[in-house]
Amino acid sequence: MTLDADKVKKIAQLARLDIDASAIPGYATNLSNILQLVEQMNAVSTEQVEPMAHPLDATQRLREDVVTETNQRDQFQAIAPQVDAGLYLVPKVIE
Amino acid sequence: MSLYRKSLAELAAGLHTKQFSSVEVTQHFLDRIAKHDKTLNSFVSITAEQALAQAKQADAQLAKGSMAALTGVPLAQKDIFCTQGVKTSCGSKMLDNFIAPYDATVVSKCKQAGLVMLGKLNMDEFAMGSSNETSYYGPVKNPWDTTRVPGGSSGGSAAAVAARLTPAATGTDTGGSIRQPAALCNLTGLKPTYGLVSRWGMIAFASSLDQAGPITQTAEDAALLLNTMVGFDDKDSTSLNRPTVNYTASLKDSLQGLRIGLPKEYFAAGLNSDVAKVIETAIAEYKKLGATITDISLPNSHLSVPAYYVIAPAECSSNLSRFDGVRFGYRCNDPKDLNDLYQRSRGEGFGAEVKRRIMIGTYALSAGYYDAYYLKAQKVRRLISDDFKRAFEKVDVIMGPTSPNTAFKLGEHSDDPITMYLCDIYTIAVNLAGLPGMSIPAGFAHNLPVGLQLVGNYFSEAKLLNIAHQYQQVTNWHTQMPKGFE
Amino acid sequence: MEVGIHYAPAPQGSGARIVKPGWRVDAISVVNPNLQPGDSQQVGTDFMEWETVIGLEIHTQLATRSKIFSGASIAFGAEPNTQACAVDLGLPGVLPVLNKEAVRMAIKFGLAVGAQIAPKSIFARKNYFYPDLPKGYQISQYELPVVGKGKLTIELEDGSSKTIGITRAHLEEDAGKSLHEDFHGMTGIDLNRAGTPLLEIVSEPDMRSAKEAVAYMKKIHSLVRYLEICDGNMQEGSFRCDANVSVRKKGAPEFGTRAELKNINSFRFVERAINFEVERQIDILESGGKVVQETRLYDANKHETRSMRSKEEAMDYRYFPDPDLLPLAINAQDIQAVRETLPELPDAKKQRFMQAFGLSDYDAAILTGDRDLANYFETVVKTAGEAKLAANWIISELSGRLNKEDKLITDSPISAAHLAGMLQRLTAGAITSKMAKEVFDAMWNGEGDADTIIEKRGLKPADNSAVEKIIDELIANNAGQVEQYRAGKDKVLGFFVGQVMKLSQGKADPAQVNKLLLEKLKK
Repeated sequence: MTLDADKVKKIAQLARLDIDASAIPGYATNLSNILQLVEQMNAVSTEQVEPMAHPLDATQRLREDVVTETNQRDQFQAIAPQVDAGLYLVPKVIE
Repeated sequence: MSLYRKSLAELAAGLHTKQFSSVEVTQHFLDRIAKHDKTLNSFVSITAEQALAQAKQADAQLAKGSMAALTGVPLAQKDIFCTQGVKTSCGSKMLDNFIAPYDATVVSKCKQAGLVMLGKLNMDEFAMGSSNETSYYGPVKNPWDTTRVPGGSSGGSAAAVAARLTPAATGTDTGGSIRQPAALCNLTGLKPTYGLVSRWGMIAFASSLDQAGPITQTAEDAALLLNTMVGFDDKDSTSLNRPTVNYTASLKDSLQGLRIGLPKEYFAAGLNSDVAKVIETAIAEYKKLGATITDISLPNSHLSVPAYYVIAPAECSSNLSRFDGVRFGYRCNDPKDLNDLYQRSRGEGFGAEVKRRIMIGTYALSAGYYDAYYLKAQKVRRLISDDFKRAFEKVDVIMGPTSPNTAFKLGEHSDDPITMYLCDIYTIAVNLAGLPGMSIPAGFAHNLPVGLQLVGNYFSEAKLLNIAHQYQQVTNWHTQMPKGFE
Repeated sequence: MEVGIHYAPAPQGSGARIVKPGWRVDAISVVNPNLQPGDSQQVGTDFMEWETVIGLEIHTQLATRSKIFSGASIAFGAEPNTQACAVDLGLPGVLPVLNKEAVRMAIKFGLAVGAQIAPKSIFARKNYFYPDLPKGYQISQYELPVVGKGKLTIELEDGSSKTIGITRAHLEEDAGKSLHEDFHGMTGIDLNRAGTPLLEIVSEPDMRSAKEAVAYMKKIHSLVRYLEICDGNMQEGSFRCDANVSVRKKGAPEFGTRAELKNINSFRFVERAINFEVERQIDILESGGKVVQETRLYDANKHETRSMRSKEEAMDYRYFPDPDLLPLAINAQDIQAVRETLPELPDAKKQRFMQAFGLSDYDAAILTGDRDLANYFETVVKTAGEAKLAANWIISELSGRLNKEDKLITDSPISAAHLAGMLQRLTAGAITSKMAKEVFDAMWNGEGDADTIIEKRGLKPADNSAVEKIIDELIANNAGQVEQYRAGKDKVLGFFVGQVMKLSQGKADPAQVNKLLLEKLKK
């Protein structure tokens, strides 16, 4: 699969990455090359193969339903870019 | 012998017998960092004050006799582990201002064990790289040749230990990030079985592949540090609850009858012939130690890099979505709207390689491509894992080169991601399968270190360390230091 | 129906619309149909030829103590971000661990609707960017949900019943809240709700009218409260619903294109929103337009649905298995352990009420529609006996009053004990029905129990001699009516009853009056 500039822009938008227009062709080339590398997988048939999402054949451990956390808002918000009245602030959410 | 020439084990012994204090040792290494790190750029943060305070505490414990095995021994942490109150950058502009409100489990375990943290080590941005050139803080130099890369992503860890700016370091390994830099810097590096070391507080790159481990001078040191790092953690769903193993206990076991498998795929085209020679010599040494050699095949090896470059980017594309300029980390100036906030904070905060991988992952998971890329890669992952299963029915350990080449020049592969990715051709399959793997110093090619990779079955860390330790009893590659750092 | 509703995708120039992306839809686009605002509707539309098809996705907030993947509290109403821990905030390096109780509750629901509990289910990440979604993905279940196919029977107004298929129910985490009040022209984010456990219950497209949808939603509401897995509090958002609505020509083999209605948090609104949407779609189709598959927001204030997405961006959620979580395994013993905790379910309780108390199907259905109401009824009956009388009072008087004031039975100003006390006085003849209503009102207003009120107000029925005296006088003064009655005109009895009640100023007990009149008029 070869990715053209348009496709790269679309992917960048989906991933919320601002990419400089001048860098787009470079990304298109690199990403296309990576996809070409990746597509070597197609050489092998995997029809009957069960996908492997985890390296270990384990199952999910469950946590007791207990409240263990205390309010650490001040500490957490000390590292936040912008807060007010305990809220994280972002530019107005408009569509 | 000067303090910096001592291994972790020797430093611990000296501290226990009061030959020197933790403050002395700590100051010694802080001085070395001050002297040499301008050349190497291996540290992102040097925590001298905290280190000396920790050392004082350690000395008090040592005086009282209430110490643990490594109390008072200095160590440096890869900057991927969250450290409360100390910047955790993950090698990224995105986290240049990030001070974690908590310690990673690995960090708190080291603290509890009385280890003194000298600082945080440089790394490829978000652990994505094989040369440590993608760091926001600039490339790390290889102490064996400062015009060359130390490997990555734990390049800071490897360079710092190789130059003995710290006696040992932590690293993380998603596709070879402990083993490859260990190989390129003449060190012992161990990537444990997936699930053995807690991932809590370790900034995720690819969650199903990431695993932390030690980068040390010797196998014995790796065993000591692994004893500290492993353990069940109820904060990590993928952490395994297993009986405690003392990894130093079996170091001295004989290797008589050890079955070594050599996968033909690891010695095929692409392997530098001088590296191959070093590996063959090392294998011969094992024969002398009583091992038997079997040729084996891992027929799907050639698919490990392709599968990895779907799975790791897919997971990273999602893992790195939280870096959005809202709750922590970098936020662009004057965002004009929400989309602008996201796009520019992430566009400006991430470097090119990180963006590349996020985009590949985003694409591989997107509607219409999921089956062809992600699902296919997961199936190939199974094939690769099954290859190892079959191999371990016949052999106890698989050996081969850690990296196809020795350390390359800074900038040599910067513009060519594919060549860079192929540096990890022998290490990646181990992460896909979740197996433990090591790299140990095996000699030199053109005066540059060559690493021998050992891959064991699940939970065979003690065996791997034993195999590595026995080799280090009959060779002295691991004691060699780069010139200019004595 | 209302006529002349203009199709207006969005109020133009009415300022910014505040919307929230991030809900699953298969494809998104916004296209105006050929209709222009202001176009008149076709005359002579026959709505009978259209069939409505509805499926619901109900989000129930599970009544756990802590969040689904962290140890932070889910208590409602805390100061912003004081219940958002490092995991909920998606800080670097943090990891999720699944809450056992949330899983237990999901199993409980599955068993109650006769569904298969998946022996192995998978948590997946749904990726999208939104400020109230801290990690940039929501942990949900996609391909393998914990609860598989089940079903639920609903009762319709005409007394018939209908079985609605449940496609699946899956566990997921809630997002935080965006507060759009003005914070220096910015939006404030409160992540207290982030990570709150939800069970999303997805129905088959089996409902054919808004009324059926409401009946189904009420039945689920009742069920989750019976199971004590959700408090059902709709104001606090503990029980919310999305409706997939489409229309098709009656008898058409294929479903029409559907719209997904969001943001519906009351029974009343679900009916209104669906009805509005159905009309909108029929209007479009009848004027030759095409319904577009899209997400629409129901605005209760304006009573309209409107499109929620800009055209530019199709959502692509990039679901994949969450690598931080392992497959959730549930074995037969786990299921059995939960089965043993199941309470009596609404349908079984209804049957029991009909048999044990002789209630009608209708009364039993209402009383068992809500677990608290059923408990209230049983408490009253335990003290006062008289199940039918108790049912009448609870269904007509009490429920009416509660509905009017938008109160839950658990908030009833009249306790079950008080109502039982009043009913006891009533059946003993200590007060008349009319007085009982007075006592009821007084109890509602918090004036104490029945005895206190009866005593304070000096309520007592006129004694028989007084009533007899009134009757005798009436008979003497209304010879004509007496004759009519005796000639077989039974209706005249009503006249006498009315007069007696009037002359006794309502103090006479109507039953007693009836009895006395019958006796005396016969003579």
